[in-house]
Amino acid sequence: MTGPDVTGGPGPQGPQKGGKKRAFGHTVINLAHGSGGKATHSLVESVFLDAFANPILAPLNDGAVVSVAGRPVAFTTDSFVVSPIFFPGGCLGDLAVNGTVNDLAACGAQPLALSAGFVIEEGFAVADLERVVAAMAAAANAAGVPIVTGDTKVVERGKGDGCYVNTSGIGLVDERAVSISGAAARPGDRVIVSGPIGDHGTAVMLARGTLGITADIVSDTAALNGLVNVLLEAAGAAVHVLRDATRGGVATVLNEVAAASGVAVVLEETALPVRPEVAGVCELLGLDPLYVACEGRMVVVVAPEAAEAALGAMRAHPVGTGSVIIGEVVPEPAGLVLQNTGFGGARVVDMLVGDPLPRIC
Amino acid sequence: MRFVDEFRDRDKAVALAVRIAELCTPGRHYKIMEICGGHTHTIYKHGLEHHLPPGVELVHGPGCPVCVIPMGRVDDAISIARTPGVTMACFGDMLRVPGSQGSFLDAKASGADVRVVYSPMDALQLAVDEPGRQVVFMAIGFETTAPSTALTLLRAKAMGVPNFSVFCNHVTIIPPLRAILDAADVDLDGFIGPGHVSAVIGCRPYEPIAREYAKPVAVAGFEPLDVLEAVYLVVRQLAEGRAEVENQYSRVVTWDGNPRAVEVIAATMEPRPHFEWRGLGSIPWSALSLRPEFATFDAEKRFDVPGVRVADPRACQCGEVLRGRIRPWECRVFGTACTPEKPIGTCMVSSEGACAAYYNFGRVNLKRPLARART
Amino acid sequence: MCLGIPGQVTELLDDGSQHAWADVSGARRRVNVALLEDEDLKVGDWVLIHVGFALAKLDEQEAAQTLQLLEGMAKAYTDELEAMANSGTSAPGQG
Repeated sequence: MTGPDVTGGPGPQGPQKGGKKRAFGHTVINLAHGSGGKATHSLVESVFLDAFANPILAPLNDGAVVSVAGRPVAFTTDSFVVSPIFFPGGCLGDLAVNGTVNDLAACGAQPLALSAGFVIEEGFAVADLERVVAAMAAAANAAGVPIVTGDTKVVERGKGDGCYVNTSGIGLVDERAVSISGAAARPGDRVIVSGPIGDHGTAVMLARGTLGITADIVSDTAALNGLVNVLLEAAGAAVHVLRDATRGGVATVLNEVAAASGVAVVLEETALPVRPEVAGVCELLGLDPLYVACEGRMVVVVAPEAAEAALGAMRAHPVGTGSVIIGEVVPEPAGLVLQNTGFGGARVVDMLVGDPLPRIC
Repeated sequence: MRFVDEFRDRDKAVALAVRIAELCTPGRHYKIMEICGGHTHTIYKHGLEHHLPPGVELVHGPGCPVCVIPMGRVDDAISIARTPGVTMACFGDMLRVPGSQGSFLDAKASGADVRVVYSPMDALQLAVDEPGRQVVFMAIGFETTAPSTALTLLRAKAMGVPNFSVFCNHVTIIPPLRAILDAADVDLDGFIGPGHVSAVIGCRPYEPIAREYAKPVAVAGFEPLDVLEAVYLVVRQLAEGRAEVENQYSRVVTWDGNPRAVEVIAATMEPRPHFEWRGLGSIPWSALSLRPEFATFDAEKRFDVPGVRVADPRACQCGEVLRGRIRPWECRVFGTACTPEKPIGTCMVSSEGACAAYYNFGRVNLKRPLARART
Repeated sequence: MCLGIPGQVTELLDDGSQHAWADVSGARRRVNVALLEDEDLKVGDWVLIHVGFALAKLDEQEAAQTLQLLEGMAKAYTDELEAMANSGTSAPGQG
């Protein structure tokens, strides 16, 4: 293929160093800004990062690590917005607890305590609220974390899409995990994903009912703190990066890591774990599973000498039985994620601008 | 997945690539145009060009029905979407296409009711389910998609659905092909024919093209082996001095196509005397509008649309990309002012537009194979 | 306009609506088969699905023939490689 020999780099959409404010260029927020992709990054960097500027926020990892009496404490927050609220494999409540537990786990921290804030729309059924809350209680129990404080607000009918939940969480960072960061990937590291990708996103898409497609797919929502614990036991400080792949999928997470670490990630298409039903839905709609959301999958970047041990430990854990090595970190082209295709060629796996959309072309 | 995975087999690709290379005349540069956005997508998604010898270049043509919609027409659609009481149903491909005042997504952000549908029938169902809304379906696509719109119209008429209409932007494949060949500013050696358009219209319509312009045409499927085999067929024809139509996609395409599909299109739509194509200008008899018997379902009659011809932004070179005159990276704003995040032209927005495909899939020079990741 | 995927017919609905259920690797969608009314569609047949409509019935024999041809090429190539390796020279496409 002829073309310019672009050696890559974070590109115009990558995180900008030096704190210079980038013009946002939009006067209204649109849905793409919530998708986790380039549009979200642009929003965060242009509107939030500059206003809140501080060194703890700057790395934009899943959670922040603050020092409390000399100990590293992970602190994270996440808001949960999903339609429909109940879907195969779980509901808003599962996402709300597992999402924050997983962000803490991605910092190498076991969850110590969670908060839960509710914004509930007038008219929302109490029975549904009870179901959501029961799911939260069960998920918190399974993860071994108490929900210790909360808040409730009610908004007028038409202003709330049923129910929104925000959870925040704190946890002590495991001493083996203090160097874990999105910027810590090094050439030679292996990239592991803890199970098949795209389950959650497709389950929710189908559950909306607007596409007329059915399949036996359930959300993969799960707490990953137990998995991270056994991983750290087996591989310790050889674990360089932990990220839970949520909206934007594995591709988005790996792009963030490649940019933050100044490296490239090469994936092997034939190694990517995708359930046949998820693959079928994606082919029908023209979606790429690499970009479809997960809610119970950890992406692990680990030093090569510990890769086998890490994989073994993950596979032995109930939520990690489908763990596979999907790629490797290489020095160049820095900031890009590439893929060797099953066909024998190669392609760039860029970050999407907004949500992956069904296409006809 | 059956009929899919077998056609992504790498070993067959390697062997095919060797045969293609053997057929190439040393020192000759081959330019083969693929006229279907789906082929552009396949080529980049699977890294097909890795298997091509250096002298064979695949040029992207105007086969992206989203890319060829002129800005003014997008503005018309958005003005309908912004009309109070309207629910605009469209394919996902359309959502971020820029008009002169923003895209459908922007219109949605400021209050328009825009909904993505997978099928035109789903749009009709929306109208049935929500009788209080005026549901307008934005119909786009070549002859592949027109039969689906046609059947939907027939059903809407049979059911007498009062709150459903279609904004018809269907286009046909042969006129732009001729326009590109007549413009003669790109030196093309042959064509990869659009497999799913051909499932409808058959292979016969390309025979005059092959004959009059002496260019081989190989109608291809959409898996990477299909496209590669079609390249092989074209190069083989050139080596043998032939200029014919060959059907690589015989498991789906027949020589006569699907007569019923052609029938339903003719029953509901008729050719427009003129239609503006982005970058190609006005091409006669190249697009479809609803027949008078379906006037009640014609959004252009139900709504007042501005109908203003909007020139492309001056920086935009989509037209030259669509005609195959320049490659995406040769566009002066590629990757700088025009990116997937802030697209100036449709070639960058549509996931199968040449520029978006190249930006998302091919931006880095991957001529040398990547070392296998050690998994 | 090109995204079409092969799906297998699992059920033909006889409610006069000219619809069938089709399966793509476990994903199921109701598909309009009106364009194939002359094809005598049966459960188990494969159809090409585009935006919820079946555009064509897949000809499994043709598919097999296409693959056979490509397999033949692949085999011929590996045979060549072997022959070359045994004779100590390099084959086209290698080194």
